[in-house]
Amino acid sequence: MTFRILRLALIAAGALVISWLLMIGLTWLGTRSESFSNVVATGTAQYFSALTIGAIYALIALGYTMVYGIIELINFAHGDVFMVGAFVAYLIFTSLGFGGAIKSIPLLIGILLLGFLVTMVVLGVLGAAIERFAYRPLRNAPRLAPLITAIGVSFILQNVVQVLISNSPVPSPQLVSLEYRFTLLGASVPLLNLLIFLVAVVLMIALQVFVGGTRLGRAMRSTAQDREAAQLMGVNINATIAITFFIGSALAGAAGLIYGLYKGNIVFNLGFDAGLKAFTAAVLGGIGNTVGAALGGFAIGFIEVAAVTTGLSRWQEALVFSVLILVLVFRPAGILGQQIGERA
Amino acid sequence: MTATAQAAPAVPETPDDVLIARSITKQFGGLVALRNIEFVIPRRAIVSLIGPNGAGKTTFFNVIAGLIPPTSGSIELSGMRLIAPARRAWLEPLLWFAPPLLVLLIGILVSGGNIQLVALWGLLALLLATLILPTAMARPAWYESFIRRLGIFRSARPNDIVRSGVGRTFQNIRLFHNMTALENVLVGMHLKLRSTPVDAVLSTPRHRAEEEEARVRAARYLELAGLRGRDDELARNLPYGDQRRLEIARALACEPVLLLLDEPTAGMNPRETGEITALIGRLRTELGLTVLLIEHDMRVVMGISDRITVLDQGERIAEGTPEEIRRNPRVIEAYLGKPPS
Amino acid sequence: MTRQRGTVEDSETGATALGSTDRLFDFFGRHRSVAIMAAMLLVAIALPLIVLAPPFSGFNTQGVWIDNFNGAGIYVLLALGLNVVVGLAGLLDLGYAAFFAIGAYTYGLLASSFYGIHVPFWPMLIVGALVAALFGIALGAPTLRLRGDYLAIVTLGFGEIVPVVFTNSDALTNGTNGISGVDRPSLPGIIFGASNPVPFYVTMVVMLTIVLILLYRLQDSRLGRAWMAIREDELAAASSGVNTITTKLLAFALGATTSGLAGVFAASRLVFVSPDQFGFTVSFTILAMVVLGGMGNIWGVAIGAFVVFIVQSVVLKQLTNFLQPLNIPFLSSIDFLQYQFLLFGIALVAMMLLRPEGLFPSSRRRRELHTAQGDDLSSPQESAEPLT
Repeated sequence: MTFRILRLALIAAGALVISWLLMIGLTWLGTRSESFSNVVATGTAQYFSALTIGAIYALIALGYTMVYGIIELINFAHGDVFMVGAFVAYLIFTSLGFGGAIKSIPLLIGILLLGFLVTMVVLGVLGAAIERFAYRPLRNAPRLAPLITAIGVSFILQNVVQVLISNSPVPSPQLVSLEYRFTLLGASVPLLNLLIFLVAVVLMIALQVFVGGTRLGRAMRSTAQDREAAQLMGVNINATIAITFFIGSALAGAAGLIYGLYKGNIVFNLGFDAGLKAFTAAVLGGIGNTVGAALGGFAIGFIEVAAVTTGLSRWQEALVFSVLILVLVFRPAGILGQQIGERA
Repeated sequence: MTATAQAAPAVPETPDDVLIARSITKQFGGLVALRNIEFVIPRRAIVSLIGPNGAGKTTFFNVIAGLIPPTSGSIELSGMRLIAPARRAWLEPLLWFAPPLLVLLIGILVSGGNIQLVALWGLLALLLATLILPTAMARPAWYESFIRRLGIFRSARPNDIVRSGVGRTFQNIRLFHNMTALENVLVGMHLKLRSTPVDAVLSTPRHRAEEEEARVRAARYLELAGLRGRDDELARNLPYGDQRRLEIARALACEPVLLLLDEPTAGMNPRETGEITALIGRLRTELGLTVLLIEHDMRVVMGISDRITVLDQGERIAEGTPEEIRRNPRVIEAYLGKPPS
Repeated sequence: MTRQRGTVEDSETGATALGSTDRLFDFFGRHRSVAIMAAMLLVAIALPLIVLAPPFSGFNTQGVWIDNFNGAGIYVLLALGLNVVVGLAGLLDLGYAAFFAIGAYTYGLLASSFYGIHVPFWPMLIVGALVAALFGIALGAPTLRLRGDYLAIVTLGFGEIVPVVFTNSDALTNGTNGISGVDRPSLPGIIFGASNPVPFYVTMVVMLTIVLILLYRLQDSRLGRAWMAIREDELAAASSGVNTITTKLLAFALGATTSGLAGVFAASRLVFVSPDQFGFTVSFTILAMVVLGGMGNIWGVAIGAFVVFIVQSVVLKQLTNFLQPLNIPFLSSIDFLQYQFLLFGIALVAMMLLRPEGLFPSSRRRRELHTAQGDDLSSPQESAEPLT
């Protein structure tokens, strides 16, 4: 166990360093005329935004991968669950009267903790409810049926937010002032970026510990392996699947809150794009594999920001989807996954 | 591997063998499901594969049927080497993507920054790719022989195996549940029908005649399997025993040389079992089929088999006539349990 | 479950003798192409007359109605094509609008003043369909090996990329602004125009009739059976000798062809093509139509698409316009169009949970879906052999 953690940490550290160097290299490609120190500074700044965006995708991707791992369903509504998370956080903060940056650090921390807690619980319940009413009745139906239901749920979530809150983008409160910054290698990076990255990493580690070490986690893994066998061993399948949805959706809720803090701007249909990219991340990492989903999320964030630095920002989506298609064609199991390609 | 050494000697191969399996090994991760299985099926024989649960019988079946590639070893069907581990498989994607990429590259170099020209070349490359990729994925016969000449070998897929004369049933019935019995059999006849989609769209006389004839023939297969009058019943509405029969009818519709039956009498009552056993016998005498049977019911196995192969924990522990197997002490010990002393 | 068997002839046409309606259909079954032509002719004449009657005449004038029918026809065509992919072959394609876009842009680029090329409409119908088919094959070839839900995501991604490519390639496609001044079809003595929707209407009816006949014939052929076999159990289909890749590619190609056809027609009808006409909402709308009509059921899907389109583009719009001046509290303030996707969403979920055979199921399909419920062992996923 300790060896595994050590190895993971080493891989993560290596990936962090290599991707940082890569980003600087790409920045140099994008802006060749600038001086070396400028390139390093821009590259570093971009690197941190890639980490932030990547963290958001990674958190969403975890939900996809967990649900797929346990019931082999691509939960199309998951991107919209993330979007609802952003709006729930928005409602919490604005209803408490916080529309902008909070100056007092203890208050800020308190409000953020409260925000995370409430958003995650609300979204977790929402996710479990979606599972209960939309997916559970179809568990033994043909494969197409729950997929179509998922699309239906996605429509419903989007439209409810659109009708209840707004048709157009809403400014979401940026509680953490962007004035808090730190300087690294000439780049001035908002502390918020680092904070988001750390929160995401903490949540992911917590998930790993939960899945790896608790009774519920064991139930989840056994259900994913063989549902019938797990049932015979006394695992409550319905509860386990519901908990999986709860956790996945709670993580998406956290991602939604973070997204609002970071972008300062949310809209009812943001879940579509984000969901698609996060799904790509999950596939990239090997669907069903939580560590892979996290890595995939960061990889997608990186690709997206790299597209901007190299002047291809208009082709962001096309790039991400090309990656998706290439991965699925050449390595359908993803980077860390087991073989899942269908043979026929 | 003392166990392999002690196994009964392999049946000598003759040119008239339908299937020759050479040292088939299949590993699932650390688990060895099959270890160096040598296996020969003579033409028009009924050969049974028996062994306790988990002995690797169904795995062996799936290897023969092209559903899972063996870790090592090869299988020849009617003298054609169809299944073996892939060789130089990495070359193949290069083959697909090199020509379009080359065209694109030439296009970029030739058109000197004129974006519209580049786009035209790109379209050309795309056209090329749309011609190559589907062919490569569908793997028609000429494509197979072409890549084989390049030294690339990939095992035949299930449908190729069917084409070379193997029909099969599944241990847990796999019918097309929302199609009628007749339609199920018609799907089995897929490779025997010649009319193209264009024929169908134009409703050519050839197509209509073929369809008409196919339905008559399909009905005959149903009748042969004992499903007379069940033509229009949806497969899912058939009783269990009839579903098993329908699977056999569908497999027969492939007009196989070799029929693989995976526990055809599982879950049947003695009367039904007797009927299926009689049917299997008739398949050989009337249709000249070779049958490979996985079966748990010893009365069925001992009654109709010419030869029996016994697997235990992925290894072949015995091979011989029913009489020999009945007397083989290893079989009695490993499979039937130690005799009461 | 035993039921009365039909005659020998019945069993050979695959039809059954259940009631008088079925017997009528059985008669038409043997001359189905004639039946389809007769039905389409009847509908084509009846529709413009029905809208002159009170409840419908209140919505629009007859001309506008016919124009709406042309729009509905496009979606019927699209839904029929998607039905082959989703309903018959069981492949979930979520980026279907991409092929619609490709068909429309093929026509827009080759029949407008944008490049100064003016290929006539009629050959372009075939060219547009073929180009779309080519793209369908290009996308399908590398991805059809994947399991179904991956295919859904890849097609979703493709559906997103195609409009992005059309938007970003300013030099080639005029970017966001799109291509205006696309040619209308021309026939000697007949004017296809915005004010004269009848020639378009006739064209659409003819196209739909041909496509319907074609689809029915394919459905009952070896290929159609192979599609259904793949939908039911891909592994068993392969073990019956069906080349699953070729078969799925053909479904994809045929779906794309129909979509391309619709694209060419749509471009010439609106005389304008732009990337935002082909967003994912279009793909999802078509999917909703197919699901509501009853997956795999050709007539059901056609009717479903027609009804959904009319509800969406006529009824909801007119209802809003109608209620607004009445000043009924609450009701008058609702913009029904805003709820369109909410309705779709609820409809999709409800359909899957309560009525998976669609709103307009054929009697046979209803039998299939209601006879053996709870028969969960038959799901191929549940009974999959340990292959990997």
